[in-house]
Amino acid sequence: MDGALLEILPSIILEGLLVGSVYAMIALGYTMVYGVLGLINFAHSEVFMIGAVTGVEVFRYLSPHIENPFTLLVVAIVTAGFVSGATAVTIERLAYRPLRRRGYTNRLVPLITAIGISFFLQDLVRLIEGLWHGEFYMNYPSHAELEHTLVLPLDMTLQVKGLITIVVTLLMLAGLWFLVKRTRLGKAIRAVAQDATTASLMGVNPDSIIARTFFIGGFLGGVAGVLFGVLYTQVNPFCGFIPGIKAFTAAVLGGIGSIPGAMIGGVILGQLETLGGFYLPFFTNGAVGTEYKDVFGFVILVLLLLCRPQGIFGKAQKDKV
Amino acid sequence: MKNLPLTALLLSSALSATVGADTIKIASVSPLSGSQAGLGEMIKLGAQLAIEEASPWFKEKGITLAFSPQDDQASPDVGVATARRIVNDKEILGVIGHLNSGVAIPASEVYREYQLAMVSPANTNPQITERRYPNVNRICGRDDVQGPVGAEFAVNELGAKRIFVVHDKTTYGQGVAEAFRTRALALGAEVVGYDGTEELSNFSSLILRMRVMKPDVVYFGGIYDRGGVLLKQMRERGITATYIGPDAMDSSEFVKIAQDAVVGAYYTTVAGPADQFPAARSFAERFKTRFQKDAESYALYAYDCGNVFVAALKDWMEKNPGKTPTRADVAEAVRAVSIDGITGAIAFDDKGDRVRSDYYIVKFETASYPGKTVKAITQTIEPAP
Repeated sequence: MDGALLEILPSIILEGLLVGSVYAMIALGYTMVYGVLGLINFAHSEVFMIGAVTGVEVFRYLSPHIENPFTLLVVAIVTAGFVSGATAVTIERLAYRPLRRRGYTNRLVPLITAIGISFFLQDLVRLIEGLWHGEFYMNYPSHAELEHTLVLPLDMTLQVKGLITIVVTLLMLAGLWFLVKRTRLGKAIRAVAQDATTASLMGVNPDSIIARTFFIGGFLGGVAGVLFGVLYTQVNPFCGFIPGIKAFTAAVLGGIGSIPGAMIGGVILGQLETLGGFYLPFFTNGAVGTEYKDVFGFVILVLLLLCRPQGIFGKAQKDKV
Repeated sequence: MKNLPLTALLLSSALSATVGADTIKIASVSPLSGSQAGLGEMIKLGAQLAIEEASPWFKEKGITLAFSPQDDQASPDVGVATARRIVNDKEILGVIGHLNSGVAIPASEVYREYQLAMVSPANTNPQITERRYPNVNRICGRDDVQGPVGAEFAVNELGAKRIFVVHDKTTYGQGVAEAFRTRALALGAEVVGYDGTEELSNFSSLILRMRVMKPDVVYFGGIYDRGGVLLKQMRERGITATYIGPDAMDSSEFVKIAQDAVVGAYYTTVAGPADQFPAARSFAERFKTRFQKDAESYALYAYDCGNVFVAALKDWMEKNPGKTPTRADVAEAVRAVSIDGITGAIAFDDKGDRVRSDYYIVKFETASYPGKTVKAITQTIEPAP
């Protein structure tokens, strides 16, 4: 038995990497907005959900026209990215910018509107889907090509859609890294993050930069939504909540505001969860079941944060006097 | 203050007796929105058809028989709030529902306070009738029989030796999974995993454990919304163990979620598919004409629940011409009912269980609903004491 437990370890790590990639991509949205505004955008989990739902609709309506499932997936990813990005920008315009204009420096005020927007979007999508298709659960259709199983060494198996998830995540991270570090827009984003007032004196329009930051974060969230839906097959108007909370956790774990931190945090959380869910029942002789996988992940998180409150890649901030 | 429920009770029975109401309402309560609306809607429509078909008879007597559909959202809090709203409508003399045992148990406490009769088409948890409330009845079977029926089928007919049991931690899912596990162990099978999970989407840890434990049967105690996703992900990750679930897999939504993975899956049910009942064919046609939808199992059972109320009301009114029954009268008349429903003969024992309930084992041979009935079992297993 012990041998079998060890032999399957590579497969567990692979599963953890899949779910971790999705968390990481959502976490990037949290971390970018936090970096620029110092605000936790709790409505981001709904931006993710809207991406997942948009993906289903693309699959539903374009399946008869596009035969190749890979093309279909790319179209779904891009469409969902733009829809989610637009949603994120709209949220910023309607719920955050007016508050910022009126000079609410207290971070709690936009936090409350974020939670409100989040509830509003969940029920809005539920209403629209209910009227449109009369459905609560939306299913990604099966495609043999996407579900083809690749046999890897060490007894691992990976479906094509899993491979796509990992590749897309890496591409997105690399793209984001390039954008932030190597382009004028990235420089402007970093400038606003450092000091919005000074940046505006240098000819940067902070409102426009903030809107673009929301768009980028939303785009990544939408892409994550489609990949999540394709991987786990079913989405619903409330499916953003749990991944959203976990991605937020991942962002904090990696050090909120840090892009590589969000990535690493997501992967670590995915690993902890999958490993915990697998091994806990064996090591406790069934007393602690797979259901405790989230508890396990969060306990480790608390311990890590006790030792390093700023997260793995975060910088300790001194209060401004 | 302590006497408030009692006062309210006296008041309500006094009112309904003296008003001489021209309207009698029968309510249905089931999830009409949210994740389990697929099953809940069938309950509503089945009940509605029964009430609509019976209303001409009542009209002749100068009584409007009306139907009042309610949504409990499959949630205990909403269910209890809905129950309170129902008991406050003096014209409602009977309740058909709920879908979820975890909702029906607290809600029926409210009905009991007001002696309002409830007939359930779907609540299989033993606790529903074990409380021996005079107003609570069901026309479906019990989980402490349904679980063992599934276990006997798995062990004796499929030859299962290693069984992995998963449940969704609801009153219903856990109850039926425990009954299944107990019987499977007694029959000599090994239960290699027993796990509750509230997970909705990512079952990978659980499935990896199945890969190591190599079960030949996986039993899922829960509702199709999770059961379907679990089944699909199992097949994608190469788990070939036979999948068995309880009656909450009995929905076309289950097939929509699991898609091709559904082929070869079994479920036990307390509500036989329409092809099992000769009388059900014309019902299915009337249902389709009225609602433009295919009747699924729970529609048959809800229809029979509706007819239980219709028969009870008719009996009472023939014995007491010119009067209108109180809620307590209806509850008493329902317990005494004996009719031939489309799901077979219906009569209640002193607990409110159906005297004779049938259990079915259904297999999906293609990815389409309904599956094929492979075995029908008239209750031979006594519920555990």
